[in-house]
Formats: sequence, C-alpha cells, structure tokens
Amino acid sequence: MTAAASTPHSEGAPLAITLPASLQGVELVRSVRTPAQLDYQFTAGAATSRFLRGIAQKKILGERCPVCGKVYVPPRGACPRDGVPTSEQVELPHVGTVTSFCVVNVAFYGSSMELPYTSANILLDGSHLSLMHLIQEIPADQVRIGMRVEAVWVPDDELKPTLESIKWFRPTGEPDDVNVDIPGEDHGTGLGSWVGGVAPIDPRGTH
Amino acid sequence: MLTAPLIIEYPFKRTTGPVIGAFMTGLRERILVGSRAADGRVIVPPAEFDPVTGEDLTEIVEVGPGAEVTTWAWVTEPHAKHPLDRPFAWALIKPDGADTPMLGAVDAGSIDAVHTGLRVVPRWADEREGRIEDLACWVPERTTPANVEYKRS
Ligand SMILES: [Zn+2]
Repeated sequence: MTAAASTPHSEGAPLAITLPASLQGVELVRSVRTPAQLDYQFTAGAATSRFLRGIAQKKILGERCPVCGKVYVPPRGACPRDGVPTSEQVELPHVGTVTSFCVVNVAFYGSSMELPYTSANILLDGSHLSLMHLIQEIPADQVRIGMRVEAVWVPDDELKPTLESIKWFRPTGEPDDVNVDIPGEDHGTGLGSWVGGVAPIDPRGTH
Repeated sequence: MLTAPLIIEYPFKRTTGPVIGAFMTGLRERILVGSRAADGRVIVPPAEFDPVTGEDLTEIVEVGPGAEVTTWAWVTEPHAKHPLDRPFAWALIKPDGADTPMLGAVDAGSIDAVHTGLRVVPRWADEREGRIEDLACWVPERTTPANVEYKRS
C-alpha cells in the first residue's frame, strides 16, 4: 500500500504516484481550465461617448487642445500635456498612416480572426494620437510603418456607437508617408529610415 | 453617456501535476482522494508535499464519500458566481478517512438543517471533466423525516 521509500526525484522524471484501485486504469487528468472572468459595466465617459456617437454617424470626431493645438482621437476630454479641456471638436478624414503594427500569429480564446492578422497604430491625417485597429486586404507580411490606409466601414444600416463599426483599415495605394511622426516620440527621429527595413541611425553618431 | 457590459476573461489552463491530477481524475470518476502524509494523516484535497517534512507525498488514498461538516457559514443571498442559486452553507467538510476538512457548499435547504457534525455526501455534476465543479455541492446524508433530530440548537 505504501509507496516506495521517498527519494528526491530528478527534474523531468515523473513522480511515481500510488493510486487507489478505483483510479487505476483510468485516463488521468493532466490539466484544468481555470478561467478568471471579470464582469464590468463599462461607462464610456463624456468625451468617448461623443466620439462613439460620431462613429454611429460614420464620422470620426477628434478634439483639439486650445493650448497646444493637438488633436486627440479617440478623445479623452482633456489634453494630457496641458491639462485643459479639449473644447473644439474636429471631424477627421478616414485616412491615415501606420505608425506601428503587430502581426498576430497566435489564436486567442474568443477571437474569430483568421491568422495571421495585423493590429496597427494608425495616425489619422490631422490628428496627433494614433488609434489602434486592424489592417486587412493586404498580406500581413507586407504591412509596414508609413503605409497609407483608409477605414472600411460596416454597411450604413449596421453602424453602431462602437469602433467595430469600422471593420478594418486597408491600404489606399498612395506612396508611403516616410516622414510620419510617431505620437509621443518627440525627439524627432522620424521614421523615414525604417521604411524599407533599414534601421534608424543614431543622430549622435554613436550607433 | 454610453455604457455597455464589458467582460474580461483570462482563459487560463493549468497543468495539474500527478497529485492534483489524481484528485481531479477522482472528481471526474466520482471518487474523493487524499494523500497520506509522513505522519500517516490523510490530507484532502491531496497535498503535493508533506506539510511538516516537506517531502514528496506519493500515496493517493480514497476517502469518503460520506463526510462530516466541521464548521459552516450560512449564505442568505447567493451571488451569480456561487455554486448554488438558493441559500446554502459554505462549510468545511471532512470526508470519512480524511484528517483534514475541505471547503464545500452544502445544499441544505434551510439554515436549521445545518449543524456542526452534519453528515453529508457529494452531489456530483451530471457532466464531469475533471475539475472542482464536478463536485456540484454536498447534501445531507439523509433527507428523510428520520433526520429531524439534527437541529441547530
Ligand atoms: Zn495641449
């Protein structure tokens, strides 16, 4: 009945377990699902509600800071730099430039996306904050920083106050914008040298 | 302002190792098991290491299914994630043959039906896959009128 005298088991060697007769010969459980679920009621807030109501009308509405002039989309209602309300609403075009992207090759629970797909930061023309969305209608390995893209909307009768009303962004076919600014990257290196896969050069010459 | 339900779920999957795996296997097979510690006590659910000496525990033994409530608390208003949708007792329950109690829900119907020392048996889920929910809850061992002498004093 007693297991063999206990000796330290080496790493990788399975521990020898003595099972009761009732469990001998049955297939052993090796893993358990332990999902952690958090149920929220999400309240969008005043600024995001304005933005999402615009989306339901097929409009992309940013908000401009009266101090620095930057246009934030989606707006949060205030300028993070100047701490003042963004009082002026700005309707933005549906075209922009990819400032960063990630090719997703691993399926995750609950996602219906076909692999691989690309998630990107997109800087809409006239705005100073990139929004995150999907890139489609181009193979994932051809997506690049500087690529010009446009929003593809759901049919008008399916528009709702959700960013899912934009199905994804697709290439416009315009030449790449090699000088696109990455929001938050204020040291001004630009991205030109990234386009085409060439690494940026350190302007101090210590590269 | 706009509001909407938002559910965030982390779909973790955890490997059990052979000891916890044996416990989960037992649940699927409607069998409770514990592990025998170095001093001979039986720990339920089974522990991977001896709580005193720290050595590996490798002897899995069957316990229960009969068990005894060692302490309990009555839940008057179950919430959505509780195992039962009606008032029930959270209890520490010591299966026969075990030396430690384990946490479980007791579907007793009424607070007056629960007391320390109450004899309970598992109610198993119809569909079991080797997880703790396979043990749906515990129920008093006998629910016939012969049991009426077991009253909370
Ligand atoms: Zn500002």
